[in-house]
Amino acid sequence: MDHVKSDLPQGTLDLLMLKVIALGPVHGYAIAQRLVQVSRGVVQVPEGSLYPALHRLENRGLLAADWKETETGREAKFYRLTRKGLKQLETETADWQRLIDAVGLILGMADGGAQ
Amino acid sequence: MSWWKRLWRRRQMEAQLEKELSFHLDQHTAQLVAQGQAPEEARRQARLALGGPEQVKEKCRDARGTRWLEDLLQDGRYALRTFRQRPGFAIVALLVLALGIGATTVMFTVINSVLLRPLAYPEPERLVTLRGHTQQFGEFWGFSNPDFGDAKRESRTLALAAWSYGGGTISEPGEPEYVFGRAVSAELFSTLGVSPVQGRTFRPDEDRPGAAPVVIISYGLWQRDFGGEPSAIGKSLVLEGKSHTVIGVAPAGLQLDGVPDIFTPLEQTTDPRMQNRRAHFLHVIARLQPGATLAEGQAELALMARHFAEEYPTSNAGLSMLAYPLQKELVGDVGSTLWLLLCAVGLVLLIACVNIASLLLARAVSREREMAMRVALGAKRGRLARQCLTESAMLGIGGGALGIVLAGLTLHPFVAFWPGSLPRAEEVHLDWRVLVFTIGASVLSGLLFGLAPMLRIPVRSVEQALRAGARTIAGSSRRLHSGFVISEIALAVVLLVSAGMLGHTLMTLSSLDPGLNVHNVMAAHFALSPSSLESPEHIRAAWKDVVDRARRVPGVESVALADIIPMREGENSLDYWTAATPPPPNQVPFALASCVTPDYLQVMEISLREGRFFNEDDRIGSQPVVVIDENLAQHAFGSKRVVGKQIWIPAMGTGPIQIVGVVGHVRHWGLASDDQSRVRDQMYYPFAQVPDHLLHFFSSLMSVAVRTNISPLDVVQPLRQELRGAAGDQALYEVRTLEQLVSASLARQRFLLLLFGIFAGLALLLACIGIYGVLAYLTSQRVPEIGVRMTLGATAQDVVRLILGQSLVMIFVGVGVGIVAALAAGRILNRLVEGMRPADGSTFAITIPVLVIAALFASFVPARRASRIDPVTALRQQ
Repeated sequence: MDHVKSDLPQGTLDLLMLKVIALGPVHGYAIAQRLVQVSRGVVQVPEGSLYPALHRLENRGLLAADWKETETGREAKFYRLTRKGLKQLETETADWQRLIDAVGLILGMADGGAQ
Repeated sequence: MSWWKRLWRRRQMEAQLEKELSFHLDQHTAQLVAQGQAPEEARRQARLALGGPEQVKEKCRDARGTRWLEDLLQDGRYALRTFRQRPGFAIVALLVLALGIGATTVMFTVINSVLLRPLAYPEPERLVTLRGHTQQFGEFWGFSNPDFGDAKRESRTLALAAWSYGGGTISEPGEPEYVFGRAVSAELFSTLGVSPVQGRTFRPDEDRPGAAPVVIISYGLWQRDFGGEPSAIGKSLVLEGKSHTVIGVAPAGLQLDGVPDIFTPLEQTTDPRMQNRRAHFLHVIARLQPGATLAEGQAELALMARHFAEEYPTSNAGLSMLAYPLQKELVGDVGSTLWLLLCAVGLVLLIACVNIASLLLARAVSREREMAMRVALGAKRGRLARQCLTESAMLGIGGGALGIVLAGLTLHPFVAFWPGSLPRAEEVHLDWRVLVFTIGASVLSGLLFGLAPMLRIPVRSVEQALRAGARTIAGSSRRLHSGFVISEIALAVVLLVSAGMLGHTLMTLSSLDPGLNVHNVMAAHFALSPSSLESPEHIRAAWKDVVDRARRVPGVESVALADIIPMREGENSLDYWTAATPPPPNQVPFALASCVTPDYLQVMEISLREGRFFNEDDRIGSQPVVVIDENLAQHAFGSKRVVGKQIWIPAMGTGPIQIVGVVGHVRHWGLASDDQSRVRDQMYYPFAQVPDHLLHFFSSLMSVAVRTNISPLDVVQPLRQELRGAAGDQALYEVRTLEQLVSASLARQRFLLLLFGIFAGLALLLACIGIYGVLAYLTSQRVPEIGVRMTLGATAQDVVRLILGQSLVMIFVGVGVGIVAALAAGRILNRLVEGMRPADGSTFAITIPVLVIAALFASFVPARRASRIDPVTALRQQ
């Protein structure tokens, strides 16, 4: 559990979850599944931290939740993004993008450093 | 969802959490099964992936953000459970706290209302009171009217106003009734910043001698006699036989040393002192002019006083004028009593806290192992500390809530019980400041006694605590326990000795000879019918008639008239000298002067030392005579043979007056205060020699005093009947027996003694409970040790001696510390309570043994229990 956590930079799990949830109402299990699928198994969601993270985001008003029936006929808690959550997703995505660009620039420097 | 909603629907949230997690597990399992896993194995793997369900749940709960509150509730429930387990402890602790906090709250409420809350006038901090000061008299409240007038005209920094006592019989409308009044200068209402509820205040042209008589009535009188009708304005009110026009109604509760019923213009009074620059009888208050500071006002007053002294050296030499904030003046010396009592109840509260702390500590020590176990299991220390504090804070707040209820119930009885009248008494009530104080006091108490058990949470060496088990007692706990007992005893000593000092003082003061026989004497103010006041002859005849009629009332032995009555409020000091040439103005001696009729000596049973008292031959036109008391004889003449000598009293004319007798000293200022009073010399002059032009004024001052051979209050009704007068408009008022007056003169001391006695008793009881609890606990911890001792041959007596020895050490250290503290407290009492005797050996000799015996008694029970220990059982416990 711990080594996975260290693989994901701090705060990244929140961002990834927000992104997944932004695609449409989804329950906790599906979020974990989707993260694994989309990242082709690179991102292993620590399931033990998934629910506390979801509850924390719900508590901060970034997520809202409703109890709905799944296709199998069971009740599940479906999370969706609130307006505030959407805004948070946008700013965090932008931040993340900036960080990636910056890191890329710095890493790319070694190649053309002689020039 | 808001946090309180989340908190409220905790159960539902828990169920949903459970459901959500189980859904997750089921989904995961189903998927693994679909991938070909056996159901059992799939389930296991799903579980492994999610992690421990309880850990996940805990983390989710943390994520809710209401964790602290849930913990608090949990701790609260835990505390309630522990209280329910030991209801006796909880009830005793709550009651003790409620008493301590309730009493502290009452005292603080009174202090808050009387001392701290600003006066109910606009910009009360700009109101000041003016006082006079001379080398000879010290400070005094009075101003002479000419000085007041000059100062009012000249001052640039102060807007001055003055008032003086007044009053009279209202014969219309309604039944004839004597009312208290105040003669006030026209500016008084505007200076205070109050406006009339009806009508207007006095105009400057009404505040003149000879102006049309006008009157402002109190709200109460307006309701009583005019039915609260606005049409009262402009109506006529017959006061002292003279018709006055009502021009205004004062706001309810307007106070000028009491709540007067009528206000009249100052300059319209017939008081002969109005033009006398030496008669300091006006109360002067002032408002600082906009922009002026108190310091500027004081500087200006000092300057004016110097000018007056230059201009009128005979009256004003050495006289300075001072200004103080009005609030301070109004409250007087009540402050010291109040702070004293607050300190005393504070001590009781402190003892209560120490007591509860030691009880909680005992429990904490026996729970040390449990705590160590919880720390070992991963409980955070902060969390455990919070649990301890929650428990004590609940006790504190519970005690505080009960205390407020208790305070609310006892506040008004307490104010009513206050000796004399408490200034601003009608303003005393609970407010937010009191609530803040009480909540603060409760929480602080809770923290105070929660601290001790909290310190017992193992910090290091958890395994040691676990291994040691509950039976071994840590030395630090024993020291802490002894510390508690010692401080409880020390605090109890302070209160006991203070109470003892007060008791000793009261006994000494009560046994003082007041200089007269106070039994079977009644005195009351008396207002003659206004119709008798027409001429000096009428007045003299009316008073003679009063005396004659009073004499005929069954049960009355003798009757006298007097302007001042011993130990009652009111005084009149007159200058005198003993040679034809007066001494320099600032060295003129003065004495308390009473204007009396011949039977006064008989009524009061004052002893005649030399010569004679007055008789019917001393009257207007005959040789002016006075009788002086032994103090004056000693001070002025220094010899025994003073009868026949001459004395000059400027207030009674320019010629010499003959001394015809010497009488014993009377403690006019009360048993407690007479020794310290400024004016201790006394003289008497005959009412019959009061000059005609002063008779009208003197008539408003006179009281009737009677000696009876039955209970003095039994003659009041027949006396009232007999003295009603032809028109039925003559009234006795403020009826007092001399016994009541003597008793009232010691009221402050008695009141303090009573309260200190109660507090000391409480402190003693609490200290004993504390000693008992601590010793019982310490002894129970020593059971195995005692078992060993007994096996080795110790007898029951040895064990009792061992335990008592332990408690004696604590008691004596406590008493030692307490005596030092009590000596310091005694100094404070000495400064604040008049007539206080210093703490002497006898006070300690009486109070300390009481405490030691009570404390030993409390320790005897656990000691005896220890001595009955069966050594075999005790050893098995090990």
